[in-house]
Amino acid sequence: MFQLKAKLFDNQRVKDNYFRLLLRAPQIAELAQPGQFVQVKIGDGCQPLLRRPFSIHRISQGSPRHHVTTSPNYELIEILYEVLGQGTQLLAQKKAGEYLDIIGPLGNGFNYRATGDGRRATVLVAGGMGVAPLLFLADRIVTTLPLRLRSGQARHHVTRKTVVLLGAKTYRQILCEKDFKALGCAVKIATDDGSRGFKGKVTELLKNILVTSHKSQVTSQAYASCDIKYATIYACGPYPMLKAVSNIAKHYDITAQVSLEAHVACGIGACLGCVVNTRGGYQRVCKEGPIFNAEKIVW
Amino acid sequence: MKQTNLEVKIGKLRLKNPMMVASGTFGYAEEFKDFIDLRQLGAIVTKTITLAPRQGNPMPRTCETPAGMLNSIGLENPGIDKFIAEKLPALKKIGAPVIVSIASEDDPQEFTALARRLDKLKEVAGIELNISCPNIRGTTSPRHHVTRLIAQDAKAADEVVRAVRKVTKKTLITKLSPNVTDITEIALAAEKAGTDAVSLVNTFTAMSINVETRKPKIALAVAGLSGPAIRPIALRMVWEVYQKISVPIIGMGGIMDTSSALEFFLAGASCVSVGTANFINPRATIEIIAGIKQYLRENKIKDIKALIGNLNI
Ligand SMILES: Cc1cc2nc3c(=O)[nH]c(=O)nc-3n(C[C@H](O)[C@H](O)[C@H](O)COP(=O)(O)O)c2cc1C
Repeated sequence: MFQLKAKLFDNQRVKDNYFRLLLRAPQIAELAQPGQFVQVKIGDGCQPLLRRPFSIHRISQGSPRHHVTTSPNYELIEILYEVLGQGTQLLAQKKAGEYLDIIGPLGNGFNYRATGDGRRATVLVAGGMGVAPLLFLADRIVTTLPLRLRSGQARHHVTRKTVVLLGAKTYRQILCEKDFKALGCAVKIATDDGSRGFKGKVTELLKNILVTSHKSQVTSQAYASCDIKYATIYACGPYPMLKAVSNIAKHYDITAQVSLEAHVACGIGACLGCVVNTRGGYQRVCKEGPIFNAEKIVW
Repeated sequence: MKQTNLEVKIGKLRLKNPMMVASGTFGYAEEFKDFIDLRQLGAIVTKTITLAPRQGNPMPRTCETPAGMLNSIGLENPGIDKFIAEKLPALKKIGAPVIVSIASEDDPQEFTALARRLDKLKEVAGIELNISCPNIRGTTSPRHHVTRLIAQDAKAADEVVRAVRKVTKKTLITKLSPNVTDITEIALAAEKAGTDAVSLVNTFTAMSINVETRKPKIALAVAGLSGPAIRPIALRMVWEVYQKISVPIIGMGGIMDTSSALEFFLAGASCVSVGTANFINPRATIEIIAGIKQYLRENKIKDIKALIGNLNI
């Protein structure tokens, strides 16, 4: 864990109320794992007083001079956020060149190591802003792991088997579709109002996919040869969505890891403010989490 | 020039500086080891420990309020046995004096049982009696938050402090509640009963409501307010108590930086504790120690003790 003053590289509106913040924080970027978060102090005074937690959305190299031949030198971390309250309003006003006091990387991160063996399919399920940590995860799944396998074919394999389900109220809240596609993931969309893709909840879409793959081994081109029966689900989104994902995973007897959101005060495990009820008693979302195996949670 | 002297004494305890951490805001210290050199702290006060493990209150337990926060943790802790087995060894290794905060939901006997256990342990430098936690009295309903704290009753406070005093010679600190009409009455009772120091203040009972859902923002509705919002009131209470008692005061409530810490010394505190600020800046304690040193040097004050209660009025 590091506390540092990170220089703001960029702070751009993606669309509507969604922004992308790019910070220079090499120590954090080097260590960061998908699913981990940073605590950001927005403003110097008491308004807001507490830090705000943000998932690490992506990490990248600071300058193009380091290149693929050597191991990448990660320097930048990216945060995807929606302007909702006082804190994010203030954050949206920050300009490149300013500094932000941040702490990270925090929490445990997804355990995605089982994913890249080329046999299992991976399904990422995002509800609204839940997409934030999943892009980093997808990136790691399709790049890092195949890189370790050192085989172009393996990479292709894993890519094909990574399905991303993006859910939102309307098409306007669908984020990162292009980014996932650029990674080679198959993207499916669900909107409550049907303005894009499947009309309904993203969890219904998830169920449909699982049902189809259970009925017939071979399904649509997006996940052909993808044996979804042995899939791992990674989900991030509102609590009811995660609960539904957990039930679905249980029903189909597949594993799911969920990223929980909570009222995080300290973010470092000191205040015990953000616990969740698990089969092993209360656990700290900011420390033992935010990623939990779905079956561990008492929903 | 000779180094500025930051040493203070509370009870038998000699602290190398007057910087402590407020119970419940510093975990068991290990949470902060990546950020600061823990040995530099004057003393470490643990999260409050109870006889039996406590799972604490339902969620949500915290929310932000103007210049402050509400918390309703409900003294979640592993209980004294697990604390001694699993937390104390690492705390001891740090090297800073360890003060163990203890409490009981409703049984004064528990305080003595806990104190007896701790009295035997060399690695425990002192005991803080948390008779002022507003989030205890294990109710699970937000409608039943009628809690009478020991720290709201001079007689009850006297009994608990007296009983614990009998079973331990370790430095004894009594933590007072601000949720009283006259805090000096309770401070006086604790002093007469043999406490070595008083610490004040614990959190103020308070509420916050989400008007869209019409639900309280904290599961049990009433919670404890801390942070800069309470500082002026906490300061006034330290000042009042300082004029009535002669044992040292550990001042806290919204200390965020050097100047807010200095306010407490001037109001009569011998030590200060940093609480909520640890969440915002995990380096706050260390930065404040450095800031106090600088202030003393700049004002040509050789000893922190010269500052205590030294208000120009
Ligand atoms: C999250 C949280 C947990 C706390 N837990 C305890 C506790 O276990 N025992 C205790 O005596 N005080 C506890 N307190 C009160 C603090 O020790 C301190 O008295 C109070 O927060 C005022 O100081 P501050 O404004 O600097 O935070 C807690 C405060 C907070 C914010």
